[in-house]
Amino acid sequence: MNDSRSRPGAGDRIRAVFRTFALWELLRGLRVTLKNFFRRKVTLQYPEEKAPQSPRFRGLHALRRYANGEERCIACKLCEAVCPALAITIESEVHEDGTRRASRYDIDLFKCVYCGFCEEACPVDAVVETRIHEYHMENRGENILTKERLLEIGDQYEEQIAADRGADASYR
Amino acid sequence: MQQLPEIFPLILFYGWSGILIAAAVGVITARNPVHSVLLLVLCFVISAAIWLLLRAEFLAVALVLVYVGAVMVLLLFVVMMLDINVERMREGLTRYAPLGVVVGLLLAAQLSSVWWLRQSGLEIAAPEDSLVFEQGNTQALGTLLYTEHLYAFEIAGYILLLAIVGAITLTLRRRRGLRVQKVSEQVAVRPANRVRLVRMPAEKDE
Amino acid sequence: MADLLANWLGFLPPEAIGALIDLLAVLAVTVVVILCVAYATYMERKVIGFMQLRQGPNRVGFRGLLQPFADVLKLLVKEIVIPGRANRWLFLTAPVLSLVPALAAWAVVPLFPGFAVADLNAGLLYLLAMTSLGIYGIILAGWASNSKYALLGAMRSAAQMVAYEIAMGFALVGVLMAAGSLNLGVIVEKQAGGVANWFILPLLPLFLVYFISGVAETNRAPFDVAEGESEIVAGFHVEYGGATFAMFFLAEYANMILIATLTAVLFLGGWESPFAGLVGRQWAVVGILAAPGLFWLAAKTFLFLFVFLWLRATFPRYRYDQIMRLGWKVFIPVTLVWIGVEAVMSVLQVGPFK
Repeated sequence: MNDSRSRPGAGDRIRAVFRTFALWELLRGLRVTLKNFFRRKVTLQYPEEKAPQSPRFRGLHALRRYANGEERCIACKLCEAVCPALAITIESEVHEDGTRRASRYDIDLFKCVYCGFCEEACPVDAVVETRIHEYHMENRGENILTKERLLEIGDQYEEQIAADRGADASYR
Repeated sequence: MQQLPEIFPLILFYGWSGILIAAAVGVITARNPVHSVLLLVLCFVISAAIWLLLRAEFLAVALVLVYVGAVMVLLLFVVMMLDINVERMREGLTRYAPLGVVVGLLLAAQLSSVWWLRQSGLEIAAPEDSLVFEQGNTQALGTLLYTEHLYAFEIAGYILLLAIVGAITLTLRRRRGLRVQKVSEQVAVRPANRVRLVRMPAEKDE
Repeated sequence: MADLLANWLGFLPPEAIGALIDLLAVLAVTVVVILCVAYATYMERKVIGFMQLRQGPNRVGFRGLLQPFADVLKLLVKEIVIPGRANRWLFLTAPVLSLVPALAAWAVVPLFPGFAVADLNAGLLYLLAMTSLGIYGIILAGWASNSKYALLGAMRSAAQMVAYEIAMGFALVGVLMAAGSLNLGVIVEKQAGGVANWFILPLLPLFLVYFISGVAETNRAPFDVAEGESEIVAGFHVEYGGATFAMFFLAEYANMILIATLTAVLFLGGWESPFAGLVGRQWAVVGILAAPGLFWLAAKTFLFLFVFLWLRATFPRYRYDQIMRLGWKVFIPVTLVWIGVEAVMSVLQVGPFK
């Protein structure tokens, strides 16, 4: 850059002195905040108001059943393999009817990063992430969701889970 | 203001004087220099209160404003920054004690001479000057300073100014090659001085 | 009110009744100031919230109006932790030392025609003395905490307050030149008769210097280097919690309201109405508007308090050397020049010197 440009001229200096003593730039800054003072507030009053949620929201996990009540999970361990946080632990056994079933299906919520890979990996749409995001634990160990607990959640919210999968079906 | 019973100012005077003397003793005996400074502040505040008893409100407020509000703050500031070895300070106490006693005796002699003068019947102070109480201490002092004692006052002012300039020149240290901000230049800069908007033809994909 | 008390307590000596009335006045002003402080914190959170497109506190009570009391309750029941190797006695004295001058300064503030707790002739000097004492609380808090951050905060604040006190003092010199008195009540009376007689017009630069120095004196943003939460955690009061912290908080806000009130008193005619000179008192409504009273002082104080918060919501913190430059190299020369201008004005007999 040439030198004449970078150095302010005499006119600039005089104007700058006037502006400085009139606190011109400070007033300009104050105008901005005052304008915002009267603008509509964007705060969401959380427990009463909630932000709209996408059907793809990834919250608490659940295991689903088929319509006849049979567990979907076939203990293929694809979710366990894909889980980047190593949050899933699966043990399998042979069921009475000769099929392979999970005898243990634990998800550690403290390890989980809610990436949704398990849901994508699942060939039978058994493990899903629901829209539930307001949950808590009161005792040590409750962070590990067992198979029973996961199925319970699935049973409880099956209607919404199914609706969400349906809404997203054409994009999958 | 109501006329207070005679005994009340006396109680206040002796109470405050007691605290003042105790604090003054504390200033020179306190182990921690910060405590010393704070006790000195207490001394000043109590002296101001005693002056208020004499209705010397201007002097009292000026003492608090100048000494407590400014001088002692800076002193406290310096003392806090210093890393003072208390043990070494203790050593000095006995060494300088004789000198201290001499200075103390001199001061005591001076003070008692005032008392002696008053005993001899000489009029040295006019405590019930009607003018002072009618106009207020501040106004009376101002009138006196700017009329009768104008030259003395101005000369004192110039001496103080000289002292300030002297202190600054003595401690001023010019270093060469120092890169300093020039605030006036920074403020004067307009966007056009720093940013150049250029129009360029859009590049075509070959 | 005073007569009523005198009747009730007729059996006491007159001095005691006088003392009692003074005591009641002190109590009333203190309680009102503390209540104002409580709601100043609420106002601050609301105003800054609004400027940041938030709503501010709105959970405790209707629109959060009980929030200050919830805060006070929380602070009072919290534990006071005294850091190890801290100077225990000074550590606990420091908050008191910062609160007492902040409240004591209110003694000479004229609140409505003919009333100030203490109508001192040297009121302006007393104010300067009291505001200069507030610094001890901060320095001692910083030193007694035995913490690096606290000491840094105290250092910064000491240098800053000494620097801005001088600019503030010179601005006050300008006011007392215009008013010809150190008595705050007289200063207000000199500004009677509408906006045209207010000191803000002839003393505009001094007004700006006074208010900005006031912001610096109270260690408020953008001059809050003493706290500087992003640099030195919380400055001088890092180590304080619970009731001791509440006292620093109280002192800061009491000082803030004090500066706002004083700016109104010294430059905007205190309790005088801005419409005083424009209309007569023949119409009831307009007459009330034109009458002087506590209402006008409160309104002007509120305005300046709002500016305090507005500044905080708008400007980033000053760098330490810039603060020093502004105080010593800009404000003090500006005030000195304007005192010279005032001298010329008084010779030519214009403005307030008629």
